[in-house]
Amino acid sequence: MYTSLWAFEEDQMGQTLIGAITDYFREGNSDSEDSELRFATCQSLWKHVKLETEQIEEDLNTQLFDNLVSFLRRSHSEFQEKTAEWNCRMKSREIPTAALVLGVNVTDHDLTFRSLSEVLQNRVTPYVALLQAKDCPGIKNLMQKLLGQLMNCYVDVDSSEEDDYVQTSQNRIRCSMTSLITWYESVTKKTDFETPSKKRTSSRHWQSPPVVVIFKDMESFTTKVLQDFIVISSQHIRELPLVLIFGIATSPMIIHSLLPHSVSSLLCIELFQSLSCKEHLSTIIDKVLLTTQFPLKLSEKVLQVLINIFLYHDFSVQNFIKGFQLCIVEHFYTQPLSVLCCHQGELKKRINSLSHNQCENIRRLPSFRRYVENQPSEKQIALLTTDSFLKETVQRLLEDLNVYHENYFPVLRCLHVFTSSLPKYPLGKQIRELHCACLENRVWETEEYESFLQLARMLNKCDLVTMLQKCVEILMSSPGKEFDKTVEKLKEFLTQFQKLEAEACQERDESVSSQKELQKKTDLYHLQKTLLELKESRRSKKLTKFEMLRFEVVDYIDSVVRNYLVPADHKTLHEIVYFNTASVLREHLNAAPRVALHTALNNPYSYLKSQALRSDGGSISNKAPDICIVYKLHLECGRLINLVDWLEAFSTVVTAVEGPNADAPSSDQVDDVIHARFIRAVSELELLGFIKPSKQKTDHVARLTWGGC
Amino acid sequence: MPNLEHSAYPAATLLRLESLVPCRESQVSMLLSIFGERQQFSFPSIFIYGHTSSGKTYVMQTLLNTLQLPHVFVNCVEHFTSRLLLEEILIQLQNRSSETKQAAHVPCDTFNDFVRLFKQAVVSQDLQDQTIYVVLDRAEQLREMEANILPAFLRLQELTDRNVTVVLLSEIVWELFRPNTGCFEPFTLYFPDYSIGHLQKILCQNHPPEYSADFYAAYINILLGVFYMVCRDLKELQHLAALNFSKYCEPVVRGEANERDTRKLWKNIEPHLKKAMQTVYLREISSSQWERLQRDEGEAGQLKGLSAHAHVELPYYSKFLLIAAYLASYNPVRTDKRFFLKHHGKIKKTNFMKKHEKTSNHLLGPKPFPLDRLLAILYSIVDNRVAPTANIFSQITSLVTLQLLSMVGNNDQLDGPRYKCTVSLDFIRAIARTVNFDIIKYLYDFL
Repeated sequence: MYTSLWAFEEDQMGQTLIGAITDYFREGNSDSEDSELRFATCQSLWKHVKLETEQIEEDLNTQLFDNLVSFLRRSHSEFQEKTAEWNCRMKSREIPTAALVLGVNVTDHDLTFRSLSEVLQNRVTPYVALLQAKDCPGIKNLMQKLLGQLMNCYVDVDSSEEDDYVQTSQNRIRCSMTSLITWYESVTKKTDFETPSKKRTSSRHWQSPPVVVIFKDMESFTTKVLQDFIVISSQHIRELPLVLIFGIATSPMIIHSLLPHSVSSLLCIELFQSLSCKEHLSTIIDKVLLTTQFPLKLSEKVLQVLINIFLYHDFSVQNFIKGFQLCIVEHFYTQPLSVLCCHQGELKKRINSLSHNQCENIRRLPSFRRYVENQPSEKQIALLTTDSFLKETVQRLLEDLNVYHENYFPVLRCLHVFTSSLPKYPLGKQIRELHCACLENRVWETEEYESFLQLARMLNKCDLVTMLQKCVEILMSSPGKEFDKTVEKLKEFLTQFQKLEAEACQERDESVSSQKELQKKTDLYHLQKTLLELKESRRSKKLTKFEMLRFEVVDYIDSVVRNYLVPADHKTLHEIVYFNTASVLREHLNAAPRVALHTALNNPYSYLKSQALRSDGGSISNKAPDICIVYKLHLECGRLINLVDWLEAFSTVVTAVEGPNADAPSSDQVDDVIHARFIRAVSELELLGFIKPSKQKTDHVARLTWGGC
Repeated sequence: MPNLEHSAYPAATLLRLESLVPCRESQVSMLLSIFGERQQFSFPSIFIYGHTSSGKTYVMQTLLNTLQLPHVFVNCVEHFTSRLLLEEILIQLQNRSSETKQAAHVPCDTFNDFVRLFKQAVVSQDLQDQTIYVVLDRAEQLREMEANILPAFLRLQELTDRNVTVVLLSEIVWELFRPNTGCFEPFTLYFPDYSIGHLQKILCQNHPPEYSADFYAAYINILLGVFYMVCRDLKELQHLAALNFSKYCEPVVRGEANERDTRKLWKNIEPHLKKAMQTVYLREISSSQWERLQRDEGEAGQLKGLSAHAHVELPYYSKFLLIAAYLASYNPVRTDKRFFLKHHGKIKKTNFMKKHEKTSNHLLGPKPFPLDRLLAILYSIVDNRVAPTANIFSQITSLVTLQLLSMVGNNDQLDGPRYKCTVSLDFIRAIARTVNFDIIKYLYDFL
């Protein structure tokens, strides 16, 4: 239901807003070529990415949700079946509780809970309430929220009962457990007497479906509210089959620290753990970024910014996806040639319809210039003058680029198979690290790659064979056409290894016999001699067949890597499909408010772009806004600032250049207007949190930022 | 010979009552003599207190139900506002006899209204010549309602001028109730804890029908031997008894031992109960999981308790923020120079240790620190440069919401907020280990 609502909203918005947004796409951009087409491509690409990521999330969560659903099923059925048994009579009835550990990425939880409640409503019970700590400062608010959500949800499930609902809402519902119980009784009774046609819909649920209450953020709830709620509901557990779900961000220990034993003994807590966000991110990167599915690619720096924000700051997969969205929008907005960043099918048409301006844009691309320089001179002229020839070449080049990608990713995965199983992970444990290393520069020129090769030459046979088998699998399943030969070669290696095995048996026999010989000779002189011989032979010993083969394999892998894992920015026209302005991304996603504020006040030109402010080399211009002058002056002060001195300095700065023009006022008396301006600027600084009034000294204010001595 | 004697009630009823309330005969007979006969006015308010599960609620309920005295039973936790509480009392009173449950609902906002409506209800229910008992369970909640509620309930008899007695049940003593302004003193009655003998007797009453009472009594004996040290809560003990009984019966069911083979049975159940004490009793694993384990003959070791999942994964800078917060909380401010300045010179601990700092900071608990100090320490412990981005500040806030830090006195935003680090040493050591930071070296206490 939620998604359909979204779609509806989007549709409507699309109708009214698309025009406006495309305008934005055109505005403020010198290259407005094909802006509409670019906008459309951008939208459709994002839609695909969004669908894909949502699908991935759903798949990742299925396991967890299945476990939860079966827990909910189990939770009350036991008591419903055999209430008469002695065991059940004697046991105190605890409230079934699922402790759902979701990790510290709180921003992602919303989505998880939304899909969880959807799953529950589809498969277990229509009665699901989601509670948030900020809505429930007291037990009263909690009950209100709970009742509101539950009684509303009933209307959602069955709209024919609407009249009834209106009635109850008119005489204000007493928000107590008793009214909840009477509501539950009436609701379940109603479904019992439903007509068969209606029963079909309710058959998904059982006769008395449990009421699920989800506490989204367990950590933020106050102890008292939780305790009271648990105590109250445990008294009515027989009439109201309640199930609690605690959303926990840190560790399940929090339950014990929030609830005393007398309360936690009323609960029957089972633990559920969601997939860690790091694994989630790996899957997203693997399925969205490391495929040829989406034409847009991220350069190494951009990817590094996104991953760093994830690992260093928030662990939020949603933010990562949002960052990717920003990349998409930014790329299509700033790069006029991004119109060519589309699927292969449409490419030809789009290239043919390129305008002359766009052709010029292509010629201006650095990678294309490099390409032209390496061409014979007559071709150079043709490329630079004839649009049609250029278009042909561009199409060929873009197709090449696509083939490069088709080969790049499978080979990358193969290399990852090797690197991820070596000790100390020379090229990174995760495939994303390897990917970044390959994008950055020629991976085979790095030291890490050297150590990787050395380690790979020491692999034992068993590992090597399984790795080769994995590589064969990866290459077979890839769409690239050039891998037939590679696969064949790898398979050949595998058969050779098998042959070796047979031979190895024989060899072992031989070595055993030589050992026996050694044992025969008990004479000291002879023994010494043979040992020396053995040593000699070992030193100059030819490599065994296995070792030879291993060298061969590693060399072959090396050649494949050199062939296919060329960094993308060595490829012609990579600017079209790679988004690489990392600085923009960093500015937007990892904002530094203090730095921005300082820049604005210290160097107003950077924001105001007024020429008058430009020629400013450390001195204080009187053209700057008052607050900037006051700020700069206060930077020179210590922890306490004398207001009078400050005012005098301010008035000197302001009147310094005005002086010659205006009639010089009497020097010792500060102009009222200037005084007022000063006061205003100072109070603005106070509002921004740079200073505060101080009680230590009269007529002084205290600095709140660093730099004071 | 019945212990309970009262002229107003038939002996058979009293006998049944006695069998229902084992080990509480003296309290019941005391209550009976206070209550007197049906039509007699009783003491206006009675205050009963005693520990958790000393049978206060149960005894009151059985007493009133068995003798069929007109009464209203309300839990004050459940009815958390005075309005809800008063309305609930009226509703229960109105619904006593009339079959139609949905009596017209009358709003009752003040105690004045309550007194008026109460009088009406008594008349309409035809209860003028009987004592009505209003029982308020978990009465300690009354103290948190309006100031007039508790004193008014104590003298409800006088205010309504009807034959009514208010019974307050609570786990805390009357002295903690008494308002400053004084009030009517209720009659207080103490329910002492059940002794081990009492517990044994009560628990044995409900033996499963398949087994003899003696067999079950032996089981309860073993159970109490293990659990009596840690738990005297009757409900909890009953729950544990039910959970583990099937395990106790196992040898008998398999035919390896007969019901009298107590030694063998004890050997079988004792380690099992000990394990239960460490897991299911602490709610480390849930009782349903425990039962499943028993059924599948699995080892409890396979199932990790809640405490086993203590590890929290945090973003890289959050870890350092937390470490910095910990250092700021447990190190004296003066020592920051020593730890975080490169050329601090050689300062020995003894030289700059003041007398009051000889006690371990870890014993005193975390101290609050300002935001600036936290950031300063952060910048010096992280190897690469950290930009003061919005993300860093929001990470501090999320650490607060995760209850790893706590904010102290957030009255003045401009003054710079102050925080405390609330995590334990073990926790922070585990965190520091993941980022290869030797936190012990930086802690003043371990110098």
